[in-house]
Order: sequence, then C-alpha cells, then structure tokens
Amino acid sequence: MEEKRAASVKIEDKIDSIVKRHADKRGAAIPILQDIQKELGYIPKFALYRISQLTGINSSDLFGIVTFYSQFRLKPIGEVLIQVCHGTACHLAGADEIASALCRAAGITEGETGPDGKITVEKVACLGCCSLAPVITVNGETHGRMTQEKAKELIKEIKKMPRD
Amino acid sequence: MYLKTIKVGLASCGIAAGASKVFDYLESNLPKEKTKLMKTGCIGMCFKEPLVEINDETGTFIYGSVDVKKAERIVKEHILQGNPIKEWIVYSSTFETEESKYLKKQHRILLKNSGKIDPENINSYLEAGGYKGLEKAVAMTPADVILEIEKAGLRGRGGAGFPTHIKWKLTREAHGTPKYIICNADEGDPGAFMDRSVLESDPHSVLEGMAIAAYAIGAEKGYVYIRAEYPLAIKRLRIAIEQARKKGFLGKGIFNGNFTFDVEIREGAGAFVCGEETALMASIEGHRGMPRFKPPFPAQKGLWGKPTCINNVETLAAAARILSEGADVFSSCGTEKSKGTKIFALAGKVKRGGLIEVPMGTTIREIVFDIGGGISTQKAFKAVQTGGPSGGCIPASMADITVDYEALKSAGAIMGSGGLIVMDEDTCMVDVARFFLKFTTSESCGKCTFCRIGTYQMLKILDRICSGQGEPGDLERLQDLGEKIIKGSLCGLGQTAPNPVLTTLKYFREEYEAHVYEKRCPAGKCIELIEYRISAEKCIGCGLCAKKCPANAVEGEKNHPYRINIKKCIKCGICSETCRFDAVETVSKGMPAGLNGGEGSSWRQ
Repeated sequence: MEEKRAASVKIEDKIDSIVKRHADKRGAAIPILQDIQKELGYIPKFALYRISQLTGINSSDLFGIVTFYSQFRLKPIGEVLIQVCHGTACHLAGADEIASALCRAAGITEGETGPDGKITVEKVACLGCCSLAPVITVNGETHGRMTQEKAKELIKEIKKMPRD
Repeated sequence: MYLKTIKVGLASCGIAAGASKVFDYLESNLPKEKTKLMKTGCIGMCFKEPLVEINDETGTFIYGSVDVKKAERIVKEHILQGNPIKEWIVYSSTFETEESKYLKKQHRILLKNSGKIDPENINSYLEAGGYKGLEKAVAMTPADVILEIEKAGLRGRGGAGFPTHIKWKLTREAHGTPKYIICNADEGDPGAFMDRSVLESDPHSVLEGMAIAAYAIGAEKGYVYIRAEYPLAIKRLRIAIEQARKKGFLGKGIFNGNFTFDVEIREGAGAFVCGEETALMASIEGHRGMPRFKPPFPAQKGLWGKPTCINNVETLAAAARILSEGADVFSSCGTEKSKGTKIFALAGKVKRGGLIEVPMGTTIREIVFDIGGGISTQKAFKAVQTGGPSGGCIPASMADITVDYEALKSAGAIMGSGGLIVMDEDTCMVDVARFFLKFTTSESCGKCTFCRIGTYQMLKILDRICSGQGEPGDLERLQDLGEKIIKGSLCGLGQTAPNPVLTTLKYFREEYEAHVYEKRCPAGKCIELIEYRISAEKCIGCGLCAKKCPANAVEGEKNHPYRINIKKCIKCGICSETCRFDAVETVSKGMPAGLNGGEGSSWRQ
C-alpha cells in the first residue's frame, strides 16, 4: 500500500513538471498529454484531473482530446509494443495476416495486452516505409518485409527475453 | 592519394532495412585518411535499401542491398583496391545498369539534395546552395517574392492544387496581426511518404521555404504540424531548427535586415482529418481536430483568429528552390496548367518502388514501367491507386493518362499528396475499396451526418459483399450513398471518402458483380469466398506445409500428396507461402476439386 502511494506521488510529480514545462505555450493540451504518454506509456485517468487543476482546461475537454486522437491510450501497454502498419502497400502485402500471426503466436487479441503484461499488438496507420511492406515496429524499431514465419519467430524471441 | 566520399542512406526506409549496421561497420573499418564517410537521407531507390554511394575521381557508384558482409567486400575490393564490384552496383555514372533506368526518367528539382547532403549538418546544405533563396527573398519586396512564385506556376502539393501565390497574397493582404505560416506535414494518407522523406533528407529546404513564405505574407511565427509517427523526421527537423537559429537563418534580424521569424514543432496525435486546414488549426489550438465551415478562410481568420497561411511540405520546399534558382527552373517543365515536378511515393506490386520525382505530364505507364520496372509478381498490371483514401483507382487500360491535376480529376481520381500504389491481378478491387473506406470511416471526425453514418453504411455493405452476403441492389445503394456523402459533407475528407468505391464501381464493376451474384472473389483475396487446396499433381509430399500450419489443418503422410481439412483451416495462407512447388491453390469456396483451380487471375473470363 505504502509503496503504491509512493509510486503515485512520483507520477504526480512527473505530471506536474511536464505541465510546468509547457506553461507558456498556447494550446498546450496536446503536447502535455503527449509528453505524459511518452513518460508513462499511457495516460492514467487521474492525470486528466491533475492537468485540469493545473491548467484550468476542463477535464471533459481533455478526455475529449484523448479519445479523439488515436495516439492516446487510457490503458497501460505491455513491455513490448508491436505496431503493425496498415497502410495501403502493407495491406496489399498482407498486413492482416501478419497481425493475426503475431496475435496467434503471442496468444492475445489485437489491441489487448496479455495477462503477463509482456506484449501488446496494435494496428497503426501508415508508417511510411511502403517499399519494405509489410512493416511492423517493435518498441519503435522498424522491421520490414515481414512474413508470418518471421512474425512467429519474433514472438518466440520476445517470450524468451528476461523481464526487466 | 585522392579522397573517396562514402555516403550511406539513413532515412527511415534505409534504417529499417539495416543501414545503421552498415554505417557502423564502415565507420570502424574505413581507412580514415583516404575516405570521408557521410550520413545522408533518402537516395530514392528504396527497393534496393540499404544503399551505399561511393564518389571518387572515377565516378559515382551506388551499391544496393548492402549488408555488413557485402560492405566488407566493398571496402576491400572497391575502396582499397579500386575495383568496383559491378554485380552489386545499381547505379553508376560510368556504365549502364538495369536499375539506372529508375533514375533516368526522373527530373529531380525538389529531391536535388536528397541522398546527397547530410541532413543533420547545416553546412552540408549551405554547400549545396542552401538559404540562397531566402537571402534573395529578403532583398526583394514581399510582393516581388509572391510574383516570382506566380511566375513559377506553383500549385499546392497537398492534393487540391490551389495556386500558392494566391494563398500568400490573400494572407498578406488580410487585416490583423500577428500572422502565421503553418507547414502541413500531417501526411496521413496510407501509402504516401514524400513529406517524411523530404523532412528526413533535406529538412532545411522546408525551413527555408517557410521563412520565405513568412517574409512574403508578413508572419513572424511558424508552426510545423508533423505526424508523431515520423520520429526521425521530427528529430532531424529539431536539429535543423537549432542549427538555423545558431547561424541566424531563424530568429531576429535575418540577413541583417528587419525580418524576424521562428518556428515551433507541433506533433500530430494521429488523426487523418487534421490534414484539413481548419482541423489542423483546431489541433494546434489544443482541441479535437474538427473542421469548420469556410469562409472565413484561414487567410482571413486562421490560427487563433489571425490570418494564417497553410502550405504542404513539398510546396514549401519548392518555394525555396524557386527563389534560389529562379522561376524558370520550375515553370520550364510540366504541362500548361500544372507546372514543375511532382514527387510520388511509388509502392505496391512494382519492381522498383521508392521516392520518385517526375515532371507533371508524365504518364502513369511511364511511371509504372519505365521507372518502376513493371510488376513485381508474375501477374498482370491491373490498376494504380492515386491520392490514398481520397483518390481513386485508375485501371491499366487508362495507363496513358498523364499526371496533372486536371487529367487525374477527370478520371475520378485525384493527384492527392502523391501516394501511387500499383496493383496486380491478385488485388481484389472490392477489398481495396473496403480498405480505404474502413480507414475513412474510422477517421471521420463525426461532425457531418453523411460522412459519419454514410461511410459506415457503405462499409457495412462492402463487408457484406466481401463475405458473400451481397444482395441485388447493393451496388446501386453504394453509388447513391457515395454521391450523397460527397454533397453532404463539409470538408475534404467526406467529400472524397467515396472516391475509391465510386471509381472501382466505374472501372471494375464486373468484379463487384462476381462477389454479389456469383459469390466469388476473382482475385482470390476475400477470405470468406475462398478455400485453399493442395494440387495432388504438384504436391511432392514433403510435408513442410503440414509442419508450418498453425491450425494442424494439413493432413496426410510423407511422400504422398497432402490434403487440407477445410473444417480446421483458418485461411492464414502460410501453406501457400511455404510451398516451394506452387502446389497450394486458391479456389472459390465450394468448388469441386480440380475445377476452377489454379491462380486467381485465370478465373476471369
């Protein structure tokens, strides 16, 4: 319990300092939310109230922003985030099959994180590496010319990785 | 001993293909006294990434598909002994290669520096004549700058093709201060990567173009609104802004005059509709990106109610070139109404995909066959899709159409920002239309009823058609809904969302009819209308597919032909991907074995 409280205090400090960093910026709501997600991996609900307190922006407006833009998440993600590009070239090259192969191997459904909190697979809009289609990113690192076989191997490797 | 310059293409595509490892290898293994190693942006031949270019007194040589192992031999034989390894060279100034045709038909004005300079070093841009355009501009009157852009005939490269000089003039003449210039780098079209490449390879040209535009319209502050999905472009742009500030190309008293200008980056948060200018401004202001009614136009009431000019990345880069090299460079090529060149992101089922720049008026056929080298698969060329989800599909029979704003529009497609996706006979046009509509449906901001509900209903109909549940009257309903959505939507997203469906209905109607009336997918793509079979004649009984099948649906024993248990099959296609003997065939669901088997395209009567 104590530990949990200490952790949440720390998170609040982080949120406060992020808001402060954008203090003199006009229309700062989105950059603030982006920085919080960069820091925490997602946007906890209480962050919306905290930002609201500090900036005077309505928390309902903040919620509206978070749910409008596809970049924002209200739930934590796994240690390894795999993004499957669903641009046109990737679609033609079989992005759906790659996504299914990844999910099948990881034993999860798209957009969800498994109970072990290790892997999240999500669809994203075009990553702009069309000539290497189909493309995925693994914690930001791009892998091109994917096949279902490579997808299976990748998940195997991730599962073998020791936890932090 | 002469000096060799070695450049490694380190844009996103190159890095994804493994160029960083090659660069690291070269960095520690090149003889430092005889060579100069450079990072550069997109060399353009994406189909051969990673690319390494070697320049010396004997000429230019570009190596393709380089990995560390190849790099080892290149260092040893070419760099140290002076013997180029011809079979790996994709382009050379001294001899012809098959791939060099890719560059031959292009005309590189905007991409002049791309893959030549170091994007993270301002001196590299200055050596290539950088910021000369801005220097010239600030010595002219703003009206003369706008006149120069008018003479060049520059039209907006974001898709709609609005004359740039009119936009600048309107913003200049509008009352109210401060004024703003915004660079629209929210390149959300799936299948387009021109803006990303320009920003990753030549970021200063965009900053220079922005500064010129700011001077012309009387703005002191600019924003670059860029997709968060482009981390490398953002990083290089940040570096470029820092360097430009230090050198005095941004900030107070630029070129010792009265002109003051600075730039701020705003990262888009993943909403396609923010490519629309009023939605983009709402997003910068910190709101949901929802378009509003025009007028008032941004030139009158834009960001925070002030006069604002919004230009696309490519437009601004073009403005920098026009000012530095003169309007003629631009206006001397292109067609009567569409001047200059256009960058396309050539991708899909084409042999040589990549970033290309061609004069306006080039035909689709020239792009696909002369530059792209034709279709990458064994199948026939079927169509190209331009303009992403706002554009349309142009069938192979119309491939002699030229790329200019008017010609593409008359075909029902649009120029768009420049995504050009090539499709072969294995591509199901109904599925393609559904793909784009799925995208626009989820990206509709929800403001206009027709766009919000209409696209959803169209998608439902397409889902039905693709799963074999299509009904008579569906095609007419699609047409009717599509036309109404165009009329009933406020912004470009809704007004163009039906285009992919309407153009495919126009040019590929028989394919829709096959889905609706015969419940078959001629291209063999729609999962619910197909089955996988193993040809008993072709199967040698190696059992590889059975081993790889994730659903244990392939049954049989070694050295005898295998079979697929349809009840277990999840149609992932891994068997067909793994079979080395082409024994796995895609057939229409419910067809007796041996009938109508074989490849998708052969079913077309």
